[in-house]
Amino acid sequence: MSVDKDTVRRIAKLARLAVPETRLEPMAAELNGIFQWVEMLGEVDVTGVPAMTSVVAQKLKWREDKVSDGNQADALLANAPGGEDHFFVVPKVVE
Amino acid sequence: MSDLTAMTLAEARDAIRAKTISSRELTAAFVTAIEQARPLNAFITEAGEQALAMADAADKRIAGGAMGALEGLPLAIKDLFCTKGVRTTAASKILGNFVPPYESTVTQNLWDAGAVMLGKTNLDEFAMGSSNETSAFGPVFNPWRASDSNANLVPGGSSGGSSAAVAADLCLAATGTDTGGSIRQPAAVTGRVGLKPTYGRCSRFGIVAFASSLDQAGPMTKTVRDAAMMLKTMASVDPRDSTSMDLPVPDYEKLLEGGIKGLRVGIPKEYRIDGAPAEIDALWTKGADWLKAQGAEIVEVSLPHTKYALPTYYIVAPAEASSNLARYDGVKFGYRAPGARDITELYEKSRGEGFGAEVQRRILIGTYVLSAGYYDAYYAKAQKLRSLIKRDFEQAFETCDVLLTPTTPGPAFAVGAKTADPVEMYLQDVFTVTVNLAGLPGISVPAGLTSNGLPLGLQLIGKAFDEATLLRAAQAIETAADFKHSPAKWWSV
Repeated sequence: MSVDKDTVRRIAKLARLAVPETRLEPMAAELNGIFQWVEMLGEVDVTGVPAMTSVVAQKLKWREDKVSDGNQADALLANAPGGEDHFFVVPKVVE
Repeated sequence: MSDLTAMTLAEARDAIRAKTISSRELTAAFVTAIEQARPLNAFITEAGEQALAMADAADKRIAGGAMGALEGLPLAIKDLFCTKGVRTTAASKILGNFVPPYESTVTQNLWDAGAVMLGKTNLDEFAMGSSNETSAFGPVFNPWRASDSNANLVPGGSSGGSSAAVAADLCLAATGTDTGGSIRQPAAVTGRVGLKPTYGRCSRFGIVAFASSLDQAGPMTKTVRDAAMMLKTMASVDPRDSTSMDLPVPDYEKLLEGGIKGLRVGIPKEYRIDGAPAEIDALWTKGADWLKAQGAEIVEVSLPHTKYALPTYYIVAPAEASSNLARYDGVKFGYRAPGARDITELYEKSRGEGFGAEVQRRILIGTYVLSAGYYDAYYAKAQKLRSLIKRDFEQAFETCDVLLTPTTPGPAFAVGAKTADPVEMYLQDVFTVTVNLAGLPGISVPAGLTSNGLPLGLQLIGKAFDEATLLRAAQAIETAADFKHSPAKWWSV
């Protein structure tokens, strides 16, 4: 499998990452280098092998369905690059 | 006391308890050492004033007779742990001005035990790297230099600021995080101890996430005893991390006693790789001999899927990273690109300008392997490989209690030597990454020097949640190696 310039443009769009036009070609080459190396996994027969879901044997924990924290609007907004009156401010979304 | 900063964590604790030194004196010595070591670039944020205030508070508690396990002991914190009110950057432009309104569980545990924070150490951006060269705040220089060259060497990565700080006596001990080797590899190439605990032993709450099924916090220290002390405090059961394991935390330092008579040490033959320097191989053999001389039994074991671990990792880790890093979009916190005309452009530009090259590369790999049509061929396959790698370890541990391997394929390399080819850099983690994929604990112990005077480490791998045995075996290596070397202080201005 080989990654070309258009594929990089498509996955960059999916990842919401602005990759300049001049970087698409070099990035495709870099990714191909990595994917070619990863191809060695094709040697391994994984028929009947379960995919890993948890790395240590552990029962998923449950917690009580109750509020444990809240009323932290100031703290939540403290690092916002655009914030006013307890709202996050972004460019216009709907025309 | 001649040089306070050269003390081990255990020695400093004992001196503080005996009241031969105060936390203030000790902390002031480190604050000065950090200022003098700025050419190393080990710290992103120095917190000298706050450290002295914390030291004074500790001295008050000591005077009052109420002492925590790490009372008054100055530590450095990898800048991936959120610290309330102190900038936490993950060495990324995208978090360059982030001041967390909350504290990570691991650091809170340290402060609750009375420890003092000296500052936040440099790292590879979002912990993605093996040389600390991907940091948006510049590379860290290894305190060690080869005897035949003045070239600046890398301190390993991603916890390169922490490894440099411990090796240069800029702190008593430091925290690190390890996703593919990021504690053990930097510890090895700086001649110090680095412990990655079992997945689930330390809470991940408040640690900037890279790959959530692999990330684990651990200590970087001067001695194995110090690592035992640090782990005892860092580890806890945390309701805020659903993968934190409900197991009591043992007193690891007490469990160091008892020796290793009868311990079965496995030597995995697949870790003997072509092209590895002869010095690495020789050190590995020496390590096995050291353990044998102290009563351990050496057994050969096989981990047949070892060579697939790194490519598996480079699917799983970027996949998780691409998902975890989706949150950095210029809206709720972090860097926002100026001049975006709509919301999509705001996301794309903020991320494109805020993330560095290696992080972007991994986000793209992760997005690709998770995208429609490729998921089964890459991600699902990698998760199956991961099961096989874990099974290898389970089978090996039927005939042994710990495994002994080299930590790295070589000593510290020159800054810039491996940045051209990503795969060459990834190979740094060839001996460490298997442990993360299987969730096991691993420790690197300094074991010797190359012919040109650079440190090399040996790695021990333990059974899940058996850090006590791991630390005991590590201490046996430490005792036999008797590694007392320190770098010359060329950086002191």
